Amino acid sequence: MTATAPSRPLPHPLAVPATPRANRRPRRAGRIVLHLVVVGLMVLWAIPTIGLLVSSFRPSSELSASGWWTAFAPPYHFTMENYSQVINQSGIGRAFLNSLFIAIPATIIPIAVAAFAAYAFSWMEFPGRDVLFVVVVGLLVVPLQTTLIPILRAFAEWGITGEFLAVWLAHTGYGLPFAVYLLRNFMGSLPKSLFESAAIDGANHVTAFFRVALPLCVPAIAALAIFQFLFVWNDLLVALIYIGLAKPDRLPLTATMANLVNSLGGGWYLLAAAAFLSMLVPLLIFFTLQRYFIRGIIGGAVKG
Amino acid sequence: MDSQLLTAIEVVVGVPAALVGYIWLTERIVTLAPPKWQKRIRPWFWLGPALGFLGFFLVYPTIGTIIRSFQSRSPLRPRWVGLDNYKWFFTNDAALGALLNNVVWLVMLTVFTVGLGLVVAVLVDRVRYEPWAKSILFLPLAISMVAAGVIWKFMYDFRPPGQPQTGTVNAVIGTVGLGPVAWLQSPTFGVSTFALIAVMVWMWTGFAMVIISAAVKGIDPELLEAARLDGAGEWQVFRRVTFPLLGPTLAVVSTTMVITSLKTFDIVYTLTNGNYDTEVIANLMIKQMSFGEYGRASAVAVVLLLAIIPVMAFNIRQFRAQESVR
Repeated sequence: MTATAPSRPLPHPLAVPATPRANRRPRRAGRIVLHLVVVGLMVLWAIPTIGLLVSSFRPSSELSASGWWTAFAPPYHFTMENYSQVINQSGIGRAFLNSLFIAIPATIIPIAVAAFAAYAFSWMEFPGRDVLFVVVVGLLVVPLQTTLIPILRAFAEWGITGEFLAVWLAHTGYGLPFAVYLLRNFMGSLPKSLFESAAIDGANHVTAFFRVALPLCVPAIAALAIFQFLFVWNDLLVALIYIGLAKPDRLPLTATMANLVNSLGGGWYLLAAAAFLSMLVPLLIFFTLQRYFIRGIIGGAVKG
Repeated sequence: MDSQLLTAIEVVVGVPAALVGYIWLTERIVTLAPPKWQKRIRPWFWLGPALGFLGFFLVYPTIGTIIRSFQSRSPLRPRWVGLDNYKWFFTNDAALGALLNNVVWLVMLTVFTVGLGLVVAVLVDRVRYEPWAKSILFLPLAISMVAAGVIWKFMYDFRPPGQPQTGTVNAVIGTVGLGPVAWLQSPTFGVSTFALIAVMVWMWTGFAMVIISAAVKGIDPELLEAARLDGAGEWQVFRRVTFPLLGPTLAVVSTTMVITSLKTFDIVYTLTNGNYDTEVIANLMIKQMSFGEYGRASAVAVVLLLAIIPVMAFNIRQFRAQESVR
């Protein structure tokens, strides 16, 4: 996104196209309004997060007495106390690990499963292919809520409620429609000649998949991985239902935090720090891999 | 913990390996069949795992929930109760209130995210700090709704009049002599519902903006230039050229936002839990589930599904139109 283009020769200052004078003044006013609106929106959008960040470093006594903006006037009181307390006491550290345990397998499994299906949808001919694919796309919008009760009952019968396995499987199922959709769109747009020449060289579908389709799909897979990872990392509902009711100590960050919000009326200072800890991983991913993230969103605009 | 770590590693390495083994093995089996059959059988082996997951996690439970919605609450021996659960839903004030709130959500969230997203997408196209503006607007989408809930609990904080306001919103309106307002505890005029919707607008405008912006950049600049040469002002260029060309994109983004608003759960669950007249269908369902009212909870879920089906049909039609162009 920030890749700098090779420096272009600057137009000579005198070469600026002459605009009629009458035209210039309203234009300049328009530019000022434009910048005001855009910068205004940027500030408006950034303030909530900045407020939380500042709050998380303020002593608890001052948090409840004055707004976060007063921290920028003397006396400057900032502390790491909230963070150390959150990590040591509220089980957030544990929840952080749980989140990782849940999110990593729940990202890898659906992508692996979806890649094969996407290949079949793109490069194999069989009756009913298009109808079946449309059905898969349609499943994108089935509300998770509709599926909770029967799945919960099945998981209880198998004895895996409260196990990480339950959420891994569930996230695989829920993430698949989007994964298949995104990968099929990408794989299907690869040039046909690649696969034809692979077939002439004697490659079967397995070879064509691993040697041609998969390597070329790396950008799409990266986008999908980021998307699915964030989706799982940020999920509250699935974890709450399949883990929370049985084994609260295995809950991920989101659910632990939601419980903190509901239980700590006055424990604000802990909340701010906890929320920021939970945002650490998404923010890191966002700033390092933004390009892939955005590509994933644009490639799969139908995800509900 | 160690055994869990071990399982996680096993799964991360094992599942892809098992899938590769599965494909390799089925390919060996398929090649044993006569060539004419190979082409017919092979796709189903490749699709098998995905269809299995989709069938079990999405198709089967949806059918199960529909059936369950006609049964009584007892989890052990559900009786058939006909339409009782639906009768409860449509005669119950809380449930109807939730339905009404979802309609408000649907309209407000869609209009604001798509509208603001469109405005921003068109405006940032003209400034040099476009990547920065986009990043900032887009960032809330990367964090969880629970974290967003915490952020906005701080923003909406309320202190009785006379005390210094620590919440940003009340402090700001206080400088012009308004408020303070207990944003999250005000059922009158649905103030709290609007406060919750504002949080979701903050989160999802970036999403709409990014998609619309991609479409804006896809518009042939010569078209716009031609319109300008014909003497059209910037506003007319937008209204007559840009906007109509963005139509299909706006439709897709709008349907996504409609579905998002119908499924709204996390933000309500964390900020108000449905109190102060902010109940929505998805939260109502989880509440009924926690009461052990599985029949009613299922009926609520079916109502949600019924509301989504028309949107889904529209999306599929849009998608097929797109596919036929490819």
